Amino acid sequence: MVEPLEDVFRREFGRCTATLIRVLGDVDLAEDAVAEAFAIASKRWPTDGTPQNPGGWITTTARNRALDRLRRESKRTDRYIAASRIDGNDVTPEHDPVRDDLDGLVEVISDDQLRLMFLCCHPALSADSQVALTLRLLGGLDVGEIARAFIVPEPTIAQRIVRAKRKLRDNNAPYRIPRAAELPDRLRFVLAAISLIYTEGHTATGGDDLTRSDLCAEAIRLARLLVDLMPDEAEATGLLALLILTDARRAARTADDGSLVRLADQNRSKWDRDLIAEGLDLVRACLRRNQPGPFQIQAAIAAVHADAQRYEDTDWGQILALYDHLHLLRPDSVTSLNRAVAIGEASGPVAGLEALRTIDPNRVEEYQPYHAARADLLVRSGRIEESIEAYERAIALTENQKERQFLERQLETARGDRSDDR
Amino acid sequence: MTQYMISVWHDDNYGDLDLDDPDTQRMFKQVSDLNAEMERAGVWVFGAGLKSASSATVVRSTGGDVSMTDGPYAETKEQMGGFWIIEAPHLDAALEWAGKAAAACEGPVEVRPADG
Repeated sequence: MVEPLEDVFRREFGRCTATLIRVLGDVDLAEDAVAEAFAIASKRWPTDGTPQNPGGWITTTARNRALDRLRRESKRTDRYIAASRIDGNDVTPEHDPVRDDLDGLVEVISDDQLRLMFLCCHPALSADSQVALTLRLLGGLDVGEIARAFIVPEPTIAQRIVRAKRKLRDNNAPYRIPRAAELPDRLRFVLAAISLIYTEGHTATGGDDLTRSDLCAEAIRLARLLVDLMPDEAEATGLLALLILTDARRAARTADDGSLVRLADQNRSKWDRDLIAEGLDLVRACLRRNQPGPFQIQAAIAAVHADAQRYEDTDWGQILALYDHLHLLRPDSVTSLNRAVAIGEASGPVAGLEALRTIDPNRVEEYQPYHAARADLLVRSGRIEESIEAYERAIALTENQKERQFLERQLETARGDRSDDR
Repeated sequence: MTQYMISVWHDDNYGDLDLDDPDTQRMFKQVSDLNAEMERAGVWVFGAGLKSASSATVVRSTGGDVSMTDGPYAETKEQMGGFWIIEAPHLDAALEWAGKAAAACEGPVEVRPADG
């Protein structure tokens, strides 16, 4: 069976680019060379047939093309020599990549993709740039695809990527895996970027598509890759488990007409049981390590939800205990909000509203989920007038069409309740 | 090797340093220890603390005419209070030194690569 070139591209682009950056010592050069190799493949493979090892073919072709180009443009050799500089730790000053046998260097080192993850998610870059660069260099998404996914004009993304690459080059950012002492700090940024990519795919902040399945799939692919490369990092496994368990519910999150269905109303037979089983295994593997972190706890919360046959069966006591733990590690307003929602389920809406009062209103003034959650708790407490105000505030803050429609239906129901009272 | 400037930033409300103040003495000691560590590691190129921003004079050259005005140039609340130039193999190494610099000065520092 012949694998479509598109699938090879999705799977191999990041790996080839990561290797070529190490070999060539230059991000732009590597990116161009890999793109050129895929262009050649798209012409040759349909007639010559797909090679036995498509990734190896692409890497070797890209390497050869880059070398041809370097020989043509002699001044580029300076940049080529700079390979040894970018490669910091591993290359001695005597090392001359032009003279060396490059076949050895092209041999795929799985660590290359890890180096590239740490480079793309370097803390010297803004979170937006980290995400864009990760999607570009590891995901192989082009600027247009990234721009559409984030509903940002194409030139903005293009500029973001160019600036990020320039900053890394100007600063002589190394192509390396951080040492053990730096690792926890640096890994945080990689995890956050992957999580952001998933979140953006899961609930786009604007536009009509509730889910952008490509982004979700890419985030999960990156998380899987990270777990493969760093199997001992419990938080990486926690992130993968969280994404998988969230993704398992994706089909149930939208009704046939495309509208949003909240957790309480979801048809649980639509949940992906295979993904849930995998996610639960990962959560158990994390828990055995006993190095709790925010992603693992969120995964455990998702696991408790996945375990419940019906919404009424949800073990809110356990979920609340997990949110309490999360709140100790990460006492931000988002965690406080989710904790208040859990209290609202475990002990009733009045207790939930009480818990909401611990959040500084100024910090969540512009945070749509806060107003939506508050509106729901107010309705359930019978405080209809206030809930209508909260729904209106939430609707005003929603850019996503599907979410807006959902909140508008809730608002209508609340208004209906009000007229019933009269 | 790349040269980086590590600059130290303050709210510009400091006047002349009070050398008898134990806080000042502690920071002086921390900075001088760090300088020694940088020299031992071979990364130190230069470093200096600066007098307050109000001591600055701005000089401009327009069409051959040189004019001088009272400084500082940047009319911001935050002003540079001192800096190091270090030479490090790459950004991550520079950032590690910057972390030590921030601890020694007990305030934020900025890392910028030199051009070329």
